[in-house]
Amino acid sequence: MAGEVLDVVAEDIVRPENLVYRRPSALLDVDMHYCPGCGHSTVHKIFMEVVEEMGIQHDIIGVAPVGCSVFAYNYMDIDMQQAAHGRACAVATGIKRMLPDKFVFTYQGDGDLAAIGGNETLHAANRGENFLVIFINNAIYGMTSGQMAPTTIDGMVTTTSPYGRDPKTMGYPLKFGDLIAPLPGVAYVTRQAVNTVQNVRRAKKALQRALEYQKQGLGFCLVEIVSNCPSNWKMTPVESNKYVQNVLIPFYPLGDIKVPEVKK
Amino acid sequence: MAKVVGEVIIDIERCKGCELCIQACPEQTLALGKAINHKGYQYVVKVNDNCTGCVNCAIICPDAVITVYRKSLKPKQEVAV
Ligand SMILES: Cc1ncc(C[n+]2csc(CCOP(=O)(O)OP(=O)(O)O)c2C)c(N)n1
Ligand code: SF4
Ligand code: SF4
Ligand code: SF4
Ligand SMILES: [Mg+2]
Repeated sequence: MAGEVLDVVAEDIVRPENLVYRRPSALLDVDMHYCPGCGHSTVHKIFMEVVEEMGIQHDIIGVAPVGCSVFAYNYMDIDMQQAAHGRACAVATGIKRMLPDKFVFTYQGDGDLAAIGGNETLHAANRGENFLVIFINNAIYGMTSGQMAPTTIDGMVTTTSPYGRDPKTMGYPLKFGDLIAPLPGVAYVTRQAVNTVQNVRRAKKALQRALEYQKQGLGFCLVEIVSNCPSNWKMTPVESNKYVQNVLIPFYPLGDIKVPEVKK
Repeated sequence: MAKVVGEVIIDIERCKGCELCIQACPEQTLALGKAINHKGYQYVVKVNDNCTGCVNCAIICPDAVITVYRKSLKPKQEVAV
């Protein structure tokens, strides 16, 4: 056995030249208020990695929603604006039109984007507004303690569908990305998740791709993240990520729904 | 064959004990400790010296708690096992 090579002490490994992962510098050095294991935190983290890697920390403006991620501006070390519930796409439209050279994005939950903000989101998409929408779909109203959302899937138990969602009386779950994808103003629609290591890596790539499309002025980009809400789903974080995999993803399949024509 | 060794540094005061990193680690390097941090969460600790620096734990950690180092060791001579 090559025994001696294993005799390496931590001090030999923990050196700057051996660093392979650290917290992104664009994520402020503060605790996030999210529940343990919440996908909101994971998406904040990977999006700030993208911002750091692209070197655009001073050239990007975000719009925070109402929902659990209402304090996103306390964590992302970039310029941000808070919008009223559902109005993030309207606010982002104003920002992007006044400052077209800045990267602009909204960060919205499914209640914010698809329920109260369905109108704003749909029309911003149809106008082909050139910004990115990061859509955190946890199939529930997280912040207000777990009411049914338009995205709640068939049979899913929430505080306002205690016997499970019944589409006959409660309507069908809405796939917002699929709804807007055919619109000519929409450049890129993709559905991702952050429940496994591989999915986190893919979601990060999708976010980066969307910003590159924005730079090319291609139009409205929507990156949906099928996420979790362990607290309101009444699961452990590990169980909630399995639920994402086994129950949500079969209904909300991952992958690109629309990609722009490649400009050569 | 070069052997790869790793080391993780866990910011224990920021860990929320969600256990996603434990689940994602292919080497069973990590476990939930018994002690609690200032927030009242049991935090993750290293229980085995077998980390390969694969960064799985750091990528899945929602709260960006884990820093990872990796070093490739070139054996002085190849030894048949
Ligand atoms: C005008 C208005 N209506 C209702 C509310 C109550 N409210 C706060 S957050 C929320 C839903 C949030 O759900 P979602 O957008 O899915 O975000 P999550 O917390 O799940 O990330 C609601 C209905 C509000 N704050 N303002
Ligand atoms: S309530 Fe749900 S969505 Fe909100 S922080 Fe907790 S786990 Fe995340
Ligand atoms: S870097 Fe890989 S091997 Fe090391 S603790 Fe993390 S997941 Fe385990
Ligand atoms: S994933 Fe992060 S927050 Fe969760 S237990 Fe591991 S180190 Fe702690
Ligand atoms: Mg939600």
